[in-house]
Amino acid sequence: MTPNEIAISVQGLKKSYKNITVLTGVNFDVKAGSIFALLGSNGAGKTTIVKILSTLLKQDSGNVTVNGFDVLLKPGNVRQSISLTGQFAAVDEVLTGRENIVMIAKLRHLSNPYQVVDDLLKRFGLTDAADRRVSTYSGGMHRRLDIAMSLVGKPQLIFLDEPTTGLDPEARIEVWKIVKELAGNGTTVFLTTQYLEEAEQLADRIAILHKGKIIVSGTLGELKKLFPPAKVEYIEKQPTLEEIFLAIVGKKEEK
Amino acid sequence: METIKNYFFRDMGVMLGRSMRHILRSMDTIITVTIMPIVFMLLFVYVFGGAIQTSTDNYVNYLLPGILLIAIATGISYTAYRLFIDMQRGILERFHSMPIARSTVLWGHVLTSLVSNAISVIIIILVAVIIGFRSSAGILSWLSVACILSLFTLALTWIAVIAGLSAKSVDGASAFSYPIIFLPFISSAFVPTESMPGPVRIFAENQPVTSIVETIRALLSNQPAGNDIWIALAWCVGIMIVAYIFAMRVYKKRV
Repeated sequence: MTPNEIAISVQGLKKSYKNITVLTGVNFDVKAGSIFALLGSNGAGKTTIVKILSTLLKQDSGNVTVNGFDVLLKPGNVRQSISLTGQFAAVDEVLTGRENIVMIAKLRHLSNPYQVVDDLLKRFGLTDAADRRVSTYSGGMHRRLDIAMSLVGKPQLIFLDEPTTGLDPEARIEVWKIVKELAGNGTTVFLTTQYLEEAEQLADRIAILHKGKIIVSGTLGELKKLFPPAKVEYIEKQPTLEEIFLAIVGKKEEK
Repeated sequence: METIKNYFFRDMGVMLGRSMRHILRSMDTIITVTIMPIVFMLLFVYVFGGAIQTSTDNYVNYLLPGILLIAIATGISYTAYRLFIDMQRGILERFHSMPIARSTVLWGHVLTSLVSNAISVIIIILVAVIIGFRSSAGILSWLSVACILSLFTLALTWIAVIAGLSAKSVDGASAFSYPIIFLPFISSAFVPTESMPGPVRIFAENQPVTSIVETIRALLSNQPAGNDIWIALAWCVGIMIVAYIFAMRVYKKRV
């Protein structure tokens, strides 16, 4: 990869809080325009990595560059080129959906902050709810608005920290669709998740973070080679609750 | 970095617009910061007032400065509340990962505090005029009053910032304001201190509210404020500087 093609480069990243060590030497690169999934259990340090990459936290040691800018030396340039969708929907509950997007457009200093709004609302299925206060939105709508706000100003790189945690299956599939569209338009997506399935669905490359280190990284195909060899077994497969739910809801909507 | 500086005041304007919407959309805030002080004023003037002997010929004239301080003390508790809510939700992280000067978020809250308290003070004065408040003060005296009230608001706002940033719960974020709201009752705001027993009188005469109230009362009735104005200014500026230093220290630690 040439430097231009690397959106994120992390070398020897270490971070501890007081006496708790969170990251013990993390290395990875993310290719521009790809979807990169950081997989790990709760408390593995995924959010810490996102915070360091988005300049919210400073690392103890290691080199981190985002879109070619060092996060410690050029945090302003980094912020100009990224958007963060944190773990908890970062939306203003008191404002309406439209006002939230306009606010971000103004803070991104767009020449016409009202221009992008209708387009984004439509794209994320929020047109009807645009003038309602966000506190009346469902979990899925919160998340969609959150991601819509992150797209204002067309940043090159978007961080999605556990974008589907706490969402129902339908809302989750909607978010997946959005993420795929984003990458289709050339935006780099850095995603963290606890679910292997989510990483499988979305990511070009997957890295697994465990005990402060990346223990494996690669494409899904490469990772699968590392899994224990497949055994052939005959089992009666019960549909999961999610499959049942989607089947019933799907039928209802067809009628 | 240059561009970020150029946008500082515009960004702060966006933040101001955001929190002013929070205030105008919260009936609770409007009732507590404007209607409650007005009810207090009516209660004291029409129920207790007849039994209170003061130096002014008109009890509203005597009482108004104290009511204004109570209104401001309640007003700033909402600054702490709004700041706490911002910290809790992801919105602060979103702002901090955007290409804006980070301090605009905090200064936006401070500016909102000044503007919203100024509005409630003006409304309360208008109601006072309706129920018989009269002042012979000239423009210069009114400007001095505005200046002292602004300093008082700023001093309390920085205390509110400390509370909002370090609180563990919503209740904790606003509970700190109760003692401040109570201070005017143990001062010369409602009754002259001469009638109070020894230790209470000593406290009442030497706490900040009394000197501020006496100064505003003197300015509004066109009488010399004497030493009180300097004591009042010293209190306001002193509290403001100490609170500001602590608030900044807490802010740097939390962000």
